[in-house]
Amino acid sequence: MNKNLSNAARLQLRLSRAVCYIILTLISVMCLISFYVLIINSTRSHPDILRGFSFLPGKSFFYNLKSLMANANLPVVRAIFNSLFVSGCTALVTTYFSALTAFAIHAYNFRFKRAAFAFILMIMMVPSQVTALGFVRLMGTFNLIDTFIPLIVPSVACPIVFFFMKQYMEASLPIAIVEAARMDGSSEFRTFNFIVLPIMKPAIAVQGIFSFVTAWNNYFVPSLILKSTENKTVPLLVAQLRNADFLKFDMGQVYMLITIAIVPIIIVYLLLSKYIIRGIAIGSVKE
Amino acid sequence: MKVKKMLALFLALIMLVSMAACGSSGEPAAPENGGDAQGKVLNIYCWNEEFQSRFTDYFEKPGLIPEGVKVNFVITPNEGNAYQNALDEALLKQDSAAADDKIDIFLVEADNALKYVNTDYTLDVVNDIGLTDADLADQYQYTRDIVTDSNGKQKGTTWQATPGLFAYRRSIAKDVLGTDDPTQVQAALADWDKFDKVAEQAAAKGYKMLSGYDDSFRTFNNNISKPWVDSSNKIVIDPNVMRWIDQTKLYTDKGYNNKTSLWAPEWSADQGPAGKVFGFFYSTWGINFTLLGNSLATPESEGGKLEVGNGIYGDYAVCQGPQNYYWGGTWICAAAGTDNVDLVRSIMYTLTCDPVTMKKITEDTQDYTNNITAMNELAKSDFKSDFLGGQNHIALFAEAAPKINMKNISPYDQAMTEQLRLAFKDYFDGKVTKEQAFDNFYRAVIEKHPELTK
Amino acid sequence: MNSVHDQVTAVRKKNGSISYAKWGYIFLIPFFLVYVIFSFVPLISVFYNSFFENYMSGLKQVGPNFVGLENYATLFNNNLGKYFYNTLLIWVLGFIPQITISLLLASWFTSLRLRLRVTGLYKTIIYLPNLIMASAFALLFFVLFSDAGPVNDVLMHLGIIDQPYRFLSEVAGTRGLVIAMNFLLWFGNTTILLMAGIMGIDNSLIEAAEIDGAKSFQMFRLITMPLLKPILIYVMITSMIGGLQLFDVPQILTNGSGSPDRTSTTLIMLLNNHLYSKNYGLGGALSVILLIVSAVLSLLVYDSMTREQRMAQREKKRMKEGAGNE
Repeated sequence: MNKNLSNAARLQLRLSRAVCYIILTLISVMCLISFYVLIINSTRSHPDILRGFSFLPGKSFFYNLKSLMANANLPVVRAIFNSLFVSGCTALVTTYFSALTAFAIHAYNFRFKRAAFAFILMIMMVPSQVTALGFVRLMGTFNLIDTFIPLIVPSVACPIVFFFMKQYMEASLPIAIVEAARMDGSSEFRTFNFIVLPIMKPAIAVQGIFSFVTAWNNYFVPSLILKSTENKTVPLLVAQLRNADFLKFDMGQVYMLITIAIVPIIIVYLLLSKYIIRGIAIGSVKE
Repeated sequence: MKVKKMLALFLALIMLVSMAACGSSGEPAAPENGGDAQGKVLNIYCWNEEFQSRFTDYFEKPGLIPEGVKVNFVITPNEGNAYQNALDEALLKQDSAAADDKIDIFLVEADNALKYVNTDYTLDVVNDIGLTDADLADQYQYTRDIVTDSNGKQKGTTWQATPGLFAYRRSIAKDVLGTDDPTQVQAALADWDKFDKVAEQAAAKGYKMLSGYDDSFRTFNNNISKPWVDSSNKIVIDPNVMRWIDQTKLYTDKGYNNKTSLWAPEWSADQGPAGKVFGFFYSTWGINFTLLGNSLATPESEGGKLEVGNGIYGDYAVCQGPQNYYWGGTWICAAAGTDNVDLVRSIMYTLTCDPVTMKKITEDTQDYTNNITAMNELAKSDFKSDFLGGQNHIALFAEAAPKINMKNISPYDQAMTEQLRLAFKDYFDGKVTKEQAFDNFYRAVIEKHPELTK
Repeated sequence: MNSVHDQVTAVRKKNGSISYAKWGYIFLIPFFLVYVIFSFVPLISVFYNSFFENYMSGLKQVGPNFVGLENYATLFNNNLGKYFYNTLLIWVLGFIPQITISLLLASWFTSLRLRLRVTGLYKTIIYLPNLIMASAFALLFFVLFSDAGPVNDVLMHLGIIDQPYRFLSEVAGTRGLVIAMNFLLWFGNTTILLMAGIMGIDNSLIEAAEIDGAKSFQMFRLITMPLLKPILIYVMITSMIGGLQLFDVPQILTNGSGSPDRTSTTLIMLLNNHLYSKNYGLGGALSVILLIVSAVLSLLVYDSMTREQRMAQREKKRMKEGAGNE
């Protein structure tokens, strides 16, 4: 190879890398500004926050933390565990069953396959807001109000996650693999669990994160389903703080709670995002 | 085999989930206690913890809850109308609910009170609950009017009265009017024409009369001459509301206000040391908790002292302002179907009628309570507020509260007042004409209440 | 090998692929069972109710009275087109930068040529905004973009403007903020999706092309893009559905009013207004319209993109053959 050319290429590579880093850093700053405001505000007192923005932290961090933790009607730790439980189950249930449903459509030929696929795509477009009130009424009839079931079990049928799994299989799951497994005498269910699922790991991690986050931040339906203080999830507590009466209304506490509520979800995200990357390393047979 | 194992695992997982969920869903419904008229569970629906802390301090702690009764607060924050949605669902199912799941008490605000009061879901506090007219006689009339149904029956009570006042900056008043004396300032602001004139004078000296578009809205809206909706479901725009629109437009165009909105950061900042605003319409709770906090340079939580020298502490004073009005308040209603009538009566009496408790609440919390005798007593005392430069504002509240007239309240007030302010913000901003603003307002309220017409 | 296994294999071979069809049905059972139990009843009532006058006046039920297509007529006579335009405009103006930046970032992160460092950190950061509740995010934007907020301070300091720009009082300001917030909330999400898609692509293909001296853009267009198509279709369609169902950001930012002059009112905000009185009639009709619109649009996207995909696959085959010939 020509040495000069390789030098020029190296220079060009270095240049394009620099451009990438600059743009990435700019975008990162944009993303982090809101976190900066959030954290700064969690250290400021209520009247100070009301007066407007400040780039410098206040001195009320421990005051806010203490008054938040002292509130018996706001079981913060309990709510974080509730949220972790509901979101974790939702993420597990929704990714597993969506992959299973997608596998059914992707790998088999049967009479109603196209109809089933079309049906699921159709219901993906139903805005959730409009069925929500009817859904809550139905849960009342089933006697499931104030339980976690209406928040977890319906995620078995999540058309959007299904659609992603289906699309992902189209790109990365050749039928040949399934057929090879059959040749080896693997049952269909076993093939799905031990051959298909590992190939789907990046997709499962991605959708796992997304469903976890969506469930974690979900306010509307839980606000109509969960009643008792010990069952409440984090967004309900945030709303409760924002609705506090004039004696207790304290934006410092609100920002503190939002800040605290983000920590567990960041941890989950970091855990799973590593998994996406490992997902490729494991790899599998490709065409 | 593997298939079965996996299946079993998943079934187990789902069972676990459902069991965990059931386990945390509270106690199983107790069996019907035959013959006993009083239920064992008292369910209270509310949207924040204000009533709960009153209840704990002045009913539970003195040991007034009968033995064996469990009090269950169901708090649903009202973000996205969630509280009313949850309450409505529960009320509509009240008949079929198990005795211990029925709502016994629910709380309402003035703006949505009639939605509940005008139905059979709410009990009459005299005929159904058993409070006497004598018990209720010491409550301010406007607090009773707000929860009185179309047949003249009172169907709720409240422990607080929230008369409004105009809080002005002494230093600015001195500069503009040459005096900071509350009586003389009141004379200068006694009606809206005078108020507008002072606004002009203040502007000449570089001050703003008000901070935001909706500062004076409540004051105008509490003094409308007819309800928002007439008997044939037609929306009526009262002349007083028109006056608010024209005044605010004038103030905006002439720079008499700061173009803020209630609770915006700029609005709060205007109340602080850097503010140039003549005054704010505020009510009982607002003065001691919001205005005071906003006026300090160093907040209390960071070691700031409540004393002259910290920000503009001591620079505010209050006067009645151009018209009487109220701002805030929470009412206690009893739900039809309650199995705890005696307990509900006891709660309503203790927390909203009993002069001893009412006085104690005021002493402990600075809440202005709903008891004329107790409040007049306080008004006559030598009570002084250092924050207001030594003024006895309780005396002013006691004078203002009986004059508030809320006979023209309607079940639609919440939608009307919210949507009007939102729609006309565009007009004040100069983005739409008055006609367009009205068009948007009608559109918005008819979306919320399809039975209404222009 | 034992004899049972042989037998099973023999049976399977005899029946061919037909014997597997039942597994398709079996694997679909959980989805359809749960869907029917938890979602189908409310959904059917949506359709049904769209032909009735049915709402709550306070706690009093009005209707249901059959009114035929009157609810649909009411919607069309009440500026439905305007809200449709608002929604579509906000979506399109947000989606174009979102997909561009996301594709760019995803290809950088996965590029074997660039081999960027600390991408883990960047990947983490770009997704962070999605972790904040939309309501909290709107709260923060209020603070940043208020009349006396830091953004105005900076702009005035730099001399770009001489008095505060009142973002939420201007049509462009409000729509711009909604678009910017939506972008920040979702571009990290899209980037990750695309990355997962690219990672699913066989590295040997790219390596082979690299050895053949293919330019990075060429590689991206000819190898990555066609294989990424299924995921791209997914991103397009779900973003479109999400765009048509845009709600919480403008709702919270404008206090539900969609101001100024309802120019930031989206279709779901309109729906939400109708749900205030539990207006299942008008709300149902609006949902049906939304459903039809999104179904038609999604179908168009799906169809056009899979057609291209088919062509691209042919092209890929040709290229592979070409690579083999060399």
